[in-house]
Amino acid sequence: MDNKNNEILLEARDLCKYFPARDFFGRKKAEVKAVDHINLTIRKGETFGLVGESGCGKSTLGRTLIRMYDPTSGSILFKNQDITGLKGRQLLPVHKQMQIIFQDPYSSLDPHHNVREILKESLTAVSGLSTDEMEGRMEEILKKVGLKPDDMYKYAYEFSGGQRQRIGIARALLVEPEFLLCDEPISALDVSIQAQVVNLLEDLQKEMGLTYLFVAHDLSMVRHISTRIGVMYLGRLVEIADSDELYENPLHPYTKALLSAIPLADPRLAAQSKRVMLSGELPSPMNVPTGCHFHTRCMYAREDCKNHIPEMVEVSPGHFVSCPYAGENNS
Amino acid sequence: MEETLEKKEKILSAADIRTTFHTHGRTVQAVRGVSLYVESGEILAVVGESGSGKSVLMKSVMGLMPDNAEVKADEITFDGQDMLAMDPEQLRKMRGKEIAMIFQDPMTALNPLKTIGSHLMEVLKRHRGMDKEAARKEAVSVLNQVGIPSPEKRLGQYPHEFSGGMRQRVLIAMALCCRPKLLIADEPTTALDVTIQAQILDLLKSLQEETGMSIILITHDLGVVASLSHRIAVMYGGLLMEEGTTEEIFYSPKHPYTRALLHAVPKPHSGGKERLEPIPGMAPSLINPPSGCPFAERCKFACEDCRKEIPQYRTYSETQRAMCIYSGEELDHKEGEVESHG
Repeated sequence: MDNKNNEILLEARDLCKYFPARDFFGRKKAEVKAVDHINLTIRKGETFGLVGESGCGKSTLGRTLIRMYDPTSGSILFKNQDITGLKGRQLLPVHKQMQIIFQDPYSSLDPHHNVREILKESLTAVSGLSTDEMEGRMEEILKKVGLKPDDMYKYAYEFSGGQRQRIGIARALLVEPEFLLCDEPISALDVSIQAQVVNLLEDLQKEMGLTYLFVAHDLSMVRHISTRIGVMYLGRLVEIADSDELYENPLHPYTKALLSAIPLADPRLAAQSKRVMLSGELPSPMNVPTGCHFHTRCMYAREDCKNHIPEMVEVSPGHFVSCPYAGENNS
Repeated sequence: MEETLEKKEKILSAADIRTTFHTHGRTVQAVRGVSLYVESGEILAVVGESGSGKSVLMKSVMGLMPDNAEVKADEITFDGQDMLAMDPEQLRKMRGKEIAMIFQDPMTALNPLKTIGSHLMEVLKRHRGMDKEAARKEAVSVLNQVGIPSPEKRLGQYPHEFSGGMRQRVLIAMALCCRPKLLIADEPTTALDVTIQAQILDLLKSLQEETGMSIILITHDLGVVASLSHRIAVMYGGLLMEEGTTEEIFYSPKHPYTRALLHAVPKPHSGGKERLEPIPGMAPSLINPPSGCPFAERCKFACEDCRKEIPQYRTYSETQRAMCIYSGEELDHKEGEVESHG
C-alpha cells in the first residue's frame, strides 16, 4: 500500500476470514464476515494499533495474520514469504517468529503448571536447544520482564494480574519472535498496573527490535503506544494513518465518532470537547448493511453509500480513508 | 462544572464504616473506617482500583452484604432516616424505592425468561402499587425517557434481543421506575464499548439534571468521571485517601496516590506520547493490611512515620481533604517543582 523506505514485515492482501453461523441443528444459516477484504502492511520495528468496537473483527484479523486461524481467501506475506497456505508442522517456524499475548492473564496460564513448566513448554515446542541453554534462556527472559528468579517455581495463582501478564510476555518472547500480536494486553489490568506493562512492552521493543500489532479498545493508550493506527468497523478497515495524524485529523465519520467518545481525563477539556454521537446500534455482523457498512449510522450518508463499497484512498501521504466524502464532511 | 456555593442538604451521610469478611478462616478488612456524604442533586464519583473497597463500601451502606460480612458504622443516615436502626424488611423497601442501583454487567442482571415489560411492570406494581394498565403506560414512558426507540414494541421483547448498551438502558429504566432520590451506579459502563459508554454517561447526566436525584458513580476510570461528577472520592486499600470537587482532584490533587493515578494514564492534551509513569508494585493485601498508610509501599515520598500508623486527614478546603502526613505543598517541594495541571 505504501512505499516508504521502511522494510515491510507483514502484509495482508485482500484478506478474508468468514465464520459460518449455524442454527440449532448445525445447518449453516449465514456467514459472519469477521475480516472482509483487508489490505494492510506492517513495517519492521513499528507498533501498528488496531482499534474498533467489540465485534468489529480486530482480534480475528490479528489472529488470522499470525495464522492462528486459516484465512478464507486472500493472502498473508511474512518477510516476503507467502504463509497463507501453510498447514500443520509447516507453521511451526512461522509461529516461532510470530507470537501472541492475550487479554486475560487469568485464563491464559495453565493453573497446574508453575512458571518454569509454562515457559519450558513453549520453548521445547519450537527450538532445538539443550537443557542448559533452555535454563539460561528462561532465566534471562524472566529478568527482562521484571520477575525474580525464584518466581520460576511459583504457580499462576500466586501472581497478581500485572505479574501474570509479565509471564505471558515472557512466554511469548522466549522463542525470540520478530512479531508480537498484543491482543488487548492491558484491558484486564488496573490503571496503575497498565502503565507498568505498556512501559515494559516499549522497553522490550527497543531492546529486541520487535514489531507489534497492538489490538485494543482503549483509544488513549493506543495513541500512546502506536506508530500507525488502523480503525476497523464491521470487518473492514475504514481508516489508516500515523497515530498523531489520525487523532488530530480524523477523516472517516466513524473515526470521528469513535475518537470523540474517548472519556478525557481532564474536566476542562472534557467540558469543551464536542461529541459526535452515533445514532443507532452496531448492526449484526451476520447481516451487515450493503455498500458502505457504516451508512446506517453515518450522518453524512448519501444514496450511493448504500450501493457502493467505498475504496481505500490515500488522501495525504500515509493517510488512507475509505469514504469518498471524507474531505467534504470536515466543514 | 462550577459549583454553586449554596449549602446543600446531605441526602446520605455515613461515618466510620468498617466492613470485614470472614472467609476460609481468614479475615479480610475490606473497608477500614470510611466516612462520606452525598448532597442532594449531586453526582459523587467513588474511584478506586480493584480491591480498593469501593464496591464493598457502597454495598455496606445499603445493607447488601452477605452473611459472612460484618459491617460496623457510627452513622448511616439517608434522607433523615437512621438506616442502622432499620430491620432488613424496612431496608429492603427503601432500597427498591428510594435508593436504586445499577450494576456493571447488564448481561446477567436481567432474567432471560421474562420480557423487558414484565421486568419493569413488576417493579411498578410492587413499589408504586400500580395496576397492570397503569404500569404498562408508565413502563413505556420510562423506556422513552432512557432513549429506547419504539418502546411499545420493545416491552414484549426478551433481554437477548437487546444489545449491551440497550440492556444497560433497561436497567437504568428499572432503577428510575420508583423515582429514587439516590441512584448508585457500580461501574455502569465498564462492559460497554466507548461509543456506547459515551451515550450512557450522557444519559445519566441528563437524567440527573431532569430529575434532581443524586448519583453515586463507582468506577475505576478517572476519565469517565471527569465530565460527569461534581465531587470525587478516591479509595485505596480500604481507606478514603482523598476527596474533593472534580476540579480539585484533577487540578490540585493533594494525595500522592491521586497524583500517581493521574500520571499513569496518557495525558489527553499533549498527544500522549511521553513516557508513562507507572505506580511501582501492587495494591496491598487486605487480609493483613499494613498498619500504616496502605500506599506507603508504592509511594516515592514515604518515610518511616508513614508505615507506623494510618495518617490523619489534612483539610484543604471545605470540600477537599487528603489522608497523608505531608501537605500538598510539602509534596510539591519534594517533587522539586510545583506541579500545575492545565
